[in-house]
Amino acid sequence: MAQSGKSARAKTDSKALIALYREMARIREFEEQVQKSYLEGLVHGTTHLCQGQEAVPVGVAAALKPEDRLTYTYRGHGVCIARGMSMAEALGEIFGRTGGVSRGLGGSMHLTDAERGLIGSFGIVGAGLPCAVGAGLAAQLDGKKAVSVTFFGDGAANIGAAHESMNMAAIWHLPVIFVLENNLYGEFSRINHTTPLEDLADRAAAYAMPGVVVDGNNVLAVKETAQEAVARARAGKGPTLIEAKTYRHRGHSRTDPAKYRDEKEVQAWLARDPLVLFAQHLTKGKHARKVELDKIVEEARAEAAKAAEEAAASPWPEPRDFTPETFAAP
Amino acid sequence: MDTVELTYRQALSLAVTEEMRRDPSVLVMGEDIGASGGPLKTTEGLYEEFGPARVRDTPISENAFVGAALGLALCGYRPIVEIMFADFLGVCYDQIVNSIAKHRFMSGGRMDVPLVIRVIGGGGLRFGAQHSQTGETWLLPIPGLKIVAASTPEQAYGMLKSAIRDPDPVVFIEHKALLGTKGKVHVGPDNLLPLRGTDLVSEGDRATIVASLGMVPKAREAAEILGREGIDVDVFDLRALRPMETGDIVESVKRTAHLLTVEEISLVGGWGAEVVARTVAEAFEYLDAPPMRLGLPEHPLPYSPPLEDAAIPDAERIAGAVRDMLK
Repeated sequence: MAQSGKSARAKTDSKALIALYREMARIREFEEQVQKSYLEGLVHGTTHLCQGQEAVPVGVAAALKPEDRLTYTYRGHGVCIARGMSMAEALGEIFGRTGGVSRGLGGSMHLTDAERGLIGSFGIVGAGLPCAVGAGLAAQLDGKKAVSVTFFGDGAANIGAAHESMNMAAIWHLPVIFVLENNLYGEFSRINHTTPLEDLADRAAAYAMPGVVVDGNNVLAVKETAQEAVARARAGKGPTLIEAKTYRHRGHSRTDPAKYRDEKEVQAWLARDPLVLFAQHLTKGKHARKVELDKIVEEARAEAAKAAEEAAASPWPEPRDFTPETFAAP
Repeated sequence: MDTVELTYRQALSLAVTEEMRRDPSVLVMGEDIGASGGPLKTTEGLYEEFGPARVRDTPISENAFVGAALGLALCGYRPIVEIMFADFLGVCYDQIVNSIAKHRFMSGGRMDVPLVIRVIGGGGLRFGAQHSQTGETWLLPIPGLKIVAASTPEQAYGMLKSAIRDPDPVVFIEHKALLGTKGKVHVGPDNLLPLRGTDLVSEGDRATIVASLGMVPKAREAAEILGREGIDVDVFDLRALRPMETGDIVESVKRTAHLLTVEEISLVGGWGAEVVARTVAEAFEYLDAPPMRLGLPEHPLPYSPPLEDAAIPDAERIAGAVRDMLK
C-alpha cells in the first residue's frame, strides 16, 4: 500500500506562501486567457487546459533548482509558467506567431525552453517519461546532483513507455521524480473503467521505488512531498513516484464539454479549487488578507491580457521565408 | 592514415572506440552490448575499456532506452543505441518518429538532438520473418532523421564516426549478413566519411544499377557476370537513404539509358521507387527502357532456406534483369 503524503506544515514565511499563491493565480489566469483568446479566433487547433490542477506544477517547481530538467505533456502550460516561461512567448507560440517560444512551429502541446530546463513537451501519451529517464541518467553521469522530473496523467500510467521508464529508472537508481497527476479521467474515460486500482502509487512497489499519494490540490502538501522526493534523488537514492490526486475543471480539450462527468463529482472538486483552498489557508493563518489575494488575481489577469496583446501583435511566419531548421547540420 | 583489413563488425567497434576516447560525452546503450560485447559481437572491447557507466546494458525496453537517448542528447551527451534486430524498430517507433525526429523542429530549431541509432537488420540467415527485415524503409518517410546504410567495413567505420559527430539524429543501418565480411579500412582519428551521396563501385556504359546493404555485393557480382558477357554497368551503392542524393545516378543514366534498382525490401514504399521517380523526372528523354526495380516479394520472409533464398534477389536475378532491360 502506498504511503499517504504528509499534511502541510504551517510555514512562517508569508512571502514565500504568497508567492505560491501568485504562481497558481498566474497559471489560472493564463489558462483563462488562452480560452478567451480562442473565442477571439487567436488560438488554433486545440488546447488542453489545466485549470484546477495548478497546485501540482507550482508545488513541484518550488522544490526544484534551475539546473533541474522537466518533461511534461500537452496539458503542460502550467509547468512552463511555473518554471518562469514568459507568458507572451508562450501565448505567441499558442497563437502560432514568430514571437512564440518555438517560432510557431510547435504550438500549445509543445512549449519548451531549454534554458529553464523545460526540455520536452509531448503530445503522445507517456512519451515524456523515457526522455526524463535520459535526463536523469545525464544528471547522474554529470555528478552534480541535478534531478529530472516528468509530469504525466492517470491515462499515461497504463502505457508501455511508462512501465519501461519506471523500471529502468529504478534499476539504474536514477534521480527521476515521476509526478502522476491523477485527475480521474484519461480523455473521456473514467479511471475505474480503465484501471483496476484506486491508488496508482501502489504500482511503485512493482517498480521498486517509493510511491506517495498526495492531495494534488494542496500546494504545500505537493511541495513538501516533492521536496522529499527531490532530496532522495539528489542523495543518489533513486526515483520516486508521486501520485497527486487532482481534477481538471474543464474538458479534456477545447472541444470537450465533459458531459461524461457526474455533476456532483464536478461540484465537489470545484469546491476544492486549489486557489480557494490556499486562499483560505493564507487568510486563516494571517499570512495575507483577502483583498491582497484578490489583487494578486487581478494582476495575474492583467499580465495575461497584456501578454495576449503582445502575442497577437507578433508577426505571422511567412511561408516563403520559412527555414524549417529540421537539422542542425543540413 | 593507415589502411588495415577489418571485418565490418570490427570496423564498427573501432569507430565507436575511437569516438568514445575522443569525446567523453559519447556513450553506448543497448541489450547485452556491455560485458557480452553485443549479441552480434558489434561492441566488443568497449565495456572493458570504458566501463558500465558508458557502455550500458539495458532492460528489454526499446521505448525507454531509445527515448532516454533523446533525453541524454538534450542534456549534452551523444548516445549511441543499438537496436539488436531492425524488426524491433516497431517497439520504439513512436520515440523515433514522434519524439526524436521532431524534437528539434518543434522547438523552433532551438534544441539539438545528437544521437545515433544503430540498427542491425537483414535476411538470408534463416532467422524468420520477425528477425530478418533490413529496416531501411521503416523510417524513410520521416523528415528530421538522417538515415545511412553501410555495406562495407570502410563505410561502417567512416560513416559511423561521422554519425557520432553529427549534431542530428542518425539512423545507422547495418546488415547482419555483412558483419563478418572483410575489407580495407582507412583508419585515422579524423577519417570520416560523409553521410550523404552514393559510391560508384563498378563502371560501365550499358546500364545503371543502384543497390544498398546486402544487395551491393550481389550487384557487384552481377556486374562481373555481365562484364564477362561484354555488358559493363555502373553500380552505385546508395549508402545514404535520407537525405538521398541521386545526382550521380541521374548523370549515369544519361549515359547508360537504363536503370535498375535492387533493394532487400518490399518494392512498395521502397527507396527504389524514389530513385526511379527522380531519375524519370530528371532524365526522362535519356531512358531507352522503363526503369526496373528488384525487391522482396509481397509476403513476409519465409524461414525455410529454399524459400528464403528464392525471395531475396541474387546476382543471377540481377544480371537477368539487366539483360531483359537491354533487349
